[in-house]
Parts: sequence; structure tokens; C-alpha cells
Amino acid sequence: MTATTTAPVAAPSVRTEKRPSGRMRAWATRAPLLPALIFMVAVTQLPFVATLVISFFDWNSLYPDARSFTGFGNYSEVLTDAALRKSVWTTILLTVTVVLASLILGLGLALLLDRKFRGRGVVRTLLIAPFLVVPVAAALLWKHVLYNPEYGLLNGLLHYVGGPEPDWISNTPLLAVEMSLVWQWTPFMMLILLAGLQSRDHQQIEAAKVDGASDWQVFRYLTLPHLRRYLELGALLGSIYIVQNFDAVFTITSGGLGTANLPYTVYQSFYQAHENGLASAAGVLVVIGSIIIATFALRVVSSLFREEVGRA
Amino acid sequence: MSATAIRVRPRSTEAGNPGPRRPRGRGLGLVAWLAGIVFFLPIAWMALTSFHSEEDAATNPPSFGAALTLDGYREFFGTGGGASPWPSLINSTVASLTSTLLVLVLALPAAYALSIRPVKKWTDVLFFFLSTKMLPVVAGLLPIYLFAKNTGMLDNIWLLVILYTSMNLPIAVWMMQSFLSEVPVAIIEAAQIDGAKLPTILARVVAPIALPGIAATALICFIFSWNELLFARVLTGVVAETAPVFLTGFITSQGLFLAKVCAASLVISLPVLAAGFAAQDKLVQGLSLGAVK
Repeated sequence: MTATTTAPVAAPSVRTEKRPSGRMRAWATRAPLLPALIFMVAVTQLPFVATLVISFFDWNSLYPDARSFTGFGNYSEVLTDAALRKSVWTTILLTVTVVLASLILGLGLALLLDRKFRGRGVVRTLLIAPFLVVPVAAALLWKHVLYNPEYGLLNGLLHYVGGPEPDWISNTPLLAVEMSLVWQWTPFMMLILLAGLQSRDHQQIEAAKVDGASDWQVFRYLTLPHLRRYLELGALLGSIYIVQNFDAVFTITSGGLGTANLPYTVYQSFYQAHENGLASAAGVLVVIGSIIIATFALRVVSSLFREEVGRA
Repeated sequence: MSATAIRVRPRSTEAGNPGPRRPRGRGLGLVAWLAGIVFFLPIAWMALTSFHSEEDAATNPPSFGAALTLDGYREFFGTGGGASPWPSLINSTVASLTSTLLVLVLALPAAYALSIRPVKKWTDVLFFFLSTKMLPVVAGLLPIYLFAKNTGMLDNIWLLVILYTSMNLPIAVWMMQSFLSEVPVAIIEAAQIDGAKLPTILARVVAPIALPGIAATALICFIFSWNELLFARVLTGVVAETAPVFLTGFITSQGLFLAKVCAASLVISLPVLAAGFAAQDKLVQGLSLGAVK
């Protein structure tokens, strides 16, 4: 195996005489990795460390001289300020609703598309399209073209069937944001689950059917367990992106009417309110939330990954 | 047998007789078509509205058969007197293409080291890359903004290029790692024995084999850079404004400019739609960081 050629510095005795020293070999192997690694550390880790430091300071950029150390003051302010605490709750609600709804819809669509029917390719393309619209454009589309109470398509269609014609964004602002995000993210879930469905063992399914298993039994005892990892993967990747959502909140409601999530709040507190310390503390809280999700995500991805290595 | 109650299909068809299956298959096909149309309807409607005059676009109830015109597009491209979108489109193109190129230059050797000549603890390195993707953008936004402000890099397209590169590099390393693993090691060893150095091996041996995967990686990086709003919104202003930032100018737009909004949204989404449709299959693999094939 490659273990001898990549022998680490700690085990120089493994090296063979024909090759240069283990140390040299190890560095030659690592060298191509270094530019990317250094770049990532510099551009993503350093700013975060700075955010962490700033989060312990009371610092409004309009009053730079009044900067002072407050310890966890910003954190307790973030967690006790009603508006900020509401944005924590909004973030959770938005993420959970959008991920669950798009996952369930995506599963249904993936099951439909897994069957053969006329024009399957066309339907697949139609379904992927929402995911490929630039997020700001999608948010504008929902805000102006669909939700508008006077000439929007939604109320236009409701008009023809005689239903109620609500002012979507004013009446149900969070739902309005969520609907647009579910529309964008359902295709993503569908694509992942479809890949999962198509990697099933068809012989096993045929065998189960020959043994008299019903469609439901096949789904419940074969398909669903197989899909579990893909469902988890979809949920976790979706969460990572939706927790961070800025575009839809910014465009559809501008954070108003109780739809400000943490990313929007962070943006607003430093970009408009110039509260650097407070913004940083809120940012660190977003990170902690993401780390909790990410821990699970990494576990899922690594289990998928191990499965793949095991197969090879 | 409690499951019998839920079972839809009669038992006689279970042994693989395709006959009675067809009607239900067709029914579900119709459901799928319906779902496809429902999901695509907003985009189709946006396209139709973009070809309407502003008066027809803002009627209540919506008009379906109104006359078609290119006024919305003329307005958008600034011939109607508004701000021209061209600088923002050019900025987006430059930022997306340059950062994609930079990502490839950095990710290719890294993925090569991780897949073809595995370094010790290589899964740890892979997970480090992935974990940076999970660090929310807002976590580093303020220091980056302060840095840019103090160094005069605010409203500079090259700062966006660097940030977009860092945004896409982890995904690219992951994706390419999975694509490069498919290159046979024997070919690379043969090239090494012939005395080829790393750049030659990458360019002459690895790249041609892994080209479809590299192309898909590039497309996904391009899409993410093109779509990005938060960094661009905070760090650019007049000179380096990108297309999504240009679009935010329509947030408070009233009904009068509906056709223009639709035209703008469609034109700016067009590169992503084209790239996405071209890479449909690889898109899944890329977006799920190579975990799903």
C-alpha cells in the first residue's frame, strides 16, 4: 500500500533506501495541498477569529472612541433583547419548515420521477428550473409577480375559482418567505432523493415482489431504509444553506413583519446600526447553531463516504 | 397482514405482469406532469410578463392574451433611460469566471494529493475543507468589511473574486477528489517513471480523463458565484456592483415596472439556467459534495 511512501515524519524507519528521506517524501505529497489549505485558513478562519474577538467588545462604529471590553455582554444582550431573540426563533422556524416541507415534497416528486412515463426528461427539467433561478430573481418573482395582492398571479388564479384573495406578504409574511424557499429547494431535495432511488438494488426489489410484497411494503421496508441516508443528507445540506438564507428575507420582506432571521439581523446590526460588537456576537451564535447541525452533517457524509470506500 | 388494506395494486400483477400496471402508471405520469407544470408556472408566467407592456403586466385579474412587446427588455437594458445593467453584468461575469478559474487552479492539485497520492489523515483534511463550508458567511463578514474599508478594497471586484474562491474551494476539492479517484493510478505511475513532474501529470494525464468532472465542478462554482448576494451587497457599491445587487434595486419597485422586473430577473438568471440544465446530473453530485453519485 501507499503507507510506506507517505510515511509521516514520526516514522522515518519505514522508508526504503531507493527513495529520498521520508520527510522529503511526506512534504512532496503534501505540497499540492498547501496552497488550497493556506488560502482557506487565511480567508475563512482568520476573519472568524476576528469576529470572535470583536464579539467581546462594546463597539459602535459611529463612536469608535467608546470601544470597550464587555466580556459576554453582547451575548447576553443578543439573548435577552426581544427583537434579537425573536430572530433566533425565526431562524429555527424558517429552517425547519422549509427543510421539512421541501424534503417531503421532494420525496414525492422523486418517487414520481423514478417511474418511467412519457416525457419524464421534460418533467425533470421543468422541476429543476426553480432551483436554477438566481435567488434574488426568484425572491423578486414571488414578491412582485406572484404575491402582489392586486395583479399577482396567485390572487389572479384565486380570482377565477372565487377563493379569498389575501395580501400574502402583509398577512402571512413568514409563510410568504417560506413558500418561495420551498419552491426553490424542493428541486434540490428531489435531485438528491432521485439519485438515492436510482442507486437501489433492483434485484432485491424484484425478489421481494416475487415473494408477494406489496408496493407499500417494498417502500416501507426496502426503499425507505435505503433512502434514509439520502434524506439525512438532503435535510442537513438544506439546513446549512437555509440557516444562512439572506436573499429571500432581504428581498421579500426586508426583514420586516417578524421575518428577520439571524443572518439578516447580523447584516442589519453592523451595516445599518453600526453595532459591531452586537453583530459579531449574533454571528458567533449563528456559527454555534451551524456547528451543531454540521456535526450531524459530517457524521452522515462520512458514513456515506465510508460506504463508498468499502465498496471500492 | 395489516398492509393489505393500504395496498393499491391487485395481487395478480405482483409477479411482474405488466398488463394492468399501465393505467396507474399513466395516472402517476400525469400527476408528475402536473407537478412539473405547477413548479414551472411561476417561471413561465415571469417570461410571459416580461414580454407584456407595463400596463398589461399590471392588470387585475392578470391578462393572459395581451399583446407581446420587447419594451420590458428595452427598459432593462437602459435604452429607456434607466441605469444600464451592463456594468453589473460585466462585473458578475468577471468575478464568476475569474474566481472559478482560481478555484480550479487551487483545487486541482489539492484534490490530486487527496485522491491519487493520499496523504496521511487525508479524510481529516477533506473534512476540514467541508467544515469551512459550514461556517456561515455572516461569521466573517464584519472583519472582512472592516479590512476592506481600512485598506481601500471596498467596492473592488477583486475582493469578491477572493471571497468567491474561498466560498467554492471546499466544494470543488470535494467534488474533484471524487472525480480524480476514478483515474487509474497505474497511468500516473507510468508517467512518473517517464520523468513527468506534477504540472505535466495534471495537465497531460489527469485532466483529460477527469475533464467532464472538472467541467461540472467549474459550472457549479460559476453558478454559486453568479448567485451570491450578501458579500456583493455589503462590499460593493457603484463600481463593482454585481448583477444580483443590481436586481435588489427592484425590491421596492411598484407595479409600473413589472415587465422590466421580469425581464431583468430572466436575463440575469439565464447564465445559471443554461449552466444548470447543461450539468443536471453532475449538479446533484456537486451539491451533495460528492457523497451522492
